[in-house]
Amino acid sequence: MRKDDNAILRKSTWTKMKRNKVAYAYISPFFILFAIFGLFPIASGLYISFFSWDGMSSMRFVGIRNYYRLLQDAIFWKSLYNTFFIGIIAHIPILLGALGLASILNSKLIKGVNLFKTMYFIPMLTSAVAVSIIFQNMFGYNFGLVNYALKSVGLNKIDWFGGSGKYINIAIIIMFAWKWIGWNMVIYLAGMQGINTDIFEAAIVDGASQFTIFRKITIPLLKPIIVFTIIQSTVGTINLFTEPFVLTNSLLGGSNHNGMTVMMYLLNKAPQGNNQYGFASACAYVLTLIIIVISMFTLGISEKNDDKPKRRRGRKS
Amino acid sequence: MTVSRVINKVFMYLVLLLIALIMIVPFYEMFVLSTQSTKAIFSFPPPFWFGDNLIQNFHNMVAAVNVPRAFLNSCIISISYTSLVLLFCSMGGYAFAVYDFPGKSVLFRVLLVTMMVPWTAGIIPWFFMMSKFGWINNYLALIIPGCANAFGIFWMRQYCQNNVPRTLIEAAKIDGCSEWIIFFRIISPILLPAYSALGIMQFVNTWNDFMQPLLILRSTEVQTLPLMLKYMLGDPTRGTDMGAMMLASSCAVLPLLIVFLCASKFFMSGLTAGAIKE
Repeated sequence: MRKDDNAILRKSTWTKMKRNKVAYAYISPFFILFAIFGLFPIASGLYISFFSWDGMSSMRFVGIRNYYRLLQDAIFWKSLYNTFFIGIIAHIPILLGALGLASILNSKLIKGVNLFKTMYFIPMLTSAVAVSIIFQNMFGYNFGLVNYALKSVGLNKIDWFGGSGKYINIAIIIMFAWKWIGWNMVIYLAGMQGINTDIFEAAIVDGASQFTIFRKITIPLLKPIIVFTIIQSTVGTINLFTEPFVLTNSLLGGSNHNGMTVMMYLLNKAPQGNNQYGFASACAYVLTLIIIVISMFTLGISEKNDDKPKRRRGRKS
Repeated sequence: MTVSRVINKVFMYLVLLLIALIMIVPFYEMFVLSTQSTKAIFSFPPPFWFGDNLIQNFHNMVAAVNVPRAFLNSCIISISYTSLVLLFCSMGGYAFAVYDFPGKSVLFRVLLVTMMVPWTAGIIPWFFMMSKFGWINNYLALIIPGCANAFGIFWMRQYCQNNVPRTLIEAAKIDGCSEWIIFFRIISPILLPAYSALGIMQFVNTWNDFMQPLLILRSTEVQTLPLMLKYMLGDPTRGTDMGAMMLASSCAVLPLLIVFLCASKFFMSGLTAGAIKE
């Protein structure tokens, strides 16, 4: 009896699959391409990371020595520190600036919203290499626009790329923020425009100030979007490569490696500089792990905060 | 009340204009410097108005790099990649939205999980694979691997779920249309807004991409525009010719900029639609 039921079920599944075979055809490109170009490299990356391999001669098993060596390398830690320093500091102006600009543009007091939006968005569209070349020129010591501006307000000129290299990070941060403010602003603005205006009107009637409305209504309602942009930014920060690479004009990140990000470190090990493929794979895995941990952490925090108001509301009713 | 309101408004405009100035000045400087001689660029204060060295810069640029070729390479890669993305992602998204096939929910969950894993995890074996395939210096390495991506399918599925009426498909089936005709003749026109939005996103990303082309396109004939700029900057004899360098940068930036300024509203709604629907 049981057996018969199963047979019928199997048969009906089979006919269902046969009837929908075109659906499998439609989704197959993704799964085939992902298996070949995604899954296979990711899996073999883990395998290679346990070997010492120059890409030519035979591979030598070294266990976790690649990981051990990576975590012992001061330059790795320096590049990791640089990446986080750039990412965290740059996101203060990016998040606050984007939220501020979006709420100004959303306040209905301003004319020409689309014009401003367009201007803020242009940096996002332009090739990172071209933009880096312009900024490299603008940060020039003797002839750059930035130093000219500093001097004309009575400050000292800054040697952005030279000396001990302590200003390289700042230059990268300025460029990074310049590029991403517009993108975040446009996303937040779209989110704000999706909020029902009744809520704002009710708050105004209740006598709430603009700032209170911003803090207590706009931000909580935008939270899913803000979380989305933060996760996106995390991945973007860890993958930060083009701007510092072009700005410092080397994979090593200028003087004292001060402009070196982890992605530059990785690609310098292989295949751009050296041929340490096993070691570079170990590095790629560590970076992936960092991205996943931060993303989950961000999601976790946002979910924890989401719970609170719900519970409070539940208690009241 | 009214006075404070006016002050408020003036303050808002000042903030907006200041930020707009900061956003625009680098581009303005790029265009100005591409008309200046290198000597003028390396003077202090830097020039703020257009010079008369554009023709000379143009000659120097053409002598250093092959701009039309790089432009063509960029076009070939971006257009073919974007077209394939639109084809495969709309097919996949349509299938996930409309058909009810065994294993659908599991497969869709797999698709979502792949979106969380950054591709850099496998970057080293990926590079090796490309060289084993003989795809170093080949456009295919930049076109094929990502052309059916999870993000695009996910996004097309959202659109299909909200905009494709099931009754239309049923009616077409009764009329005897084959599945392919239904998709290409009946469904595709409905998906046009989704095509344009996803297409814009993919095109901009591919056009400006630097890291993957850097690893793959190693000879000068196949260079894209960003690679061409980096190559010119790294050239010890030409890299110091700032005027020509800036002109080349302008050439790389201008095409997208013109398209964007002509259709900015359309562009913007397309780009944000993708982000907000997440």
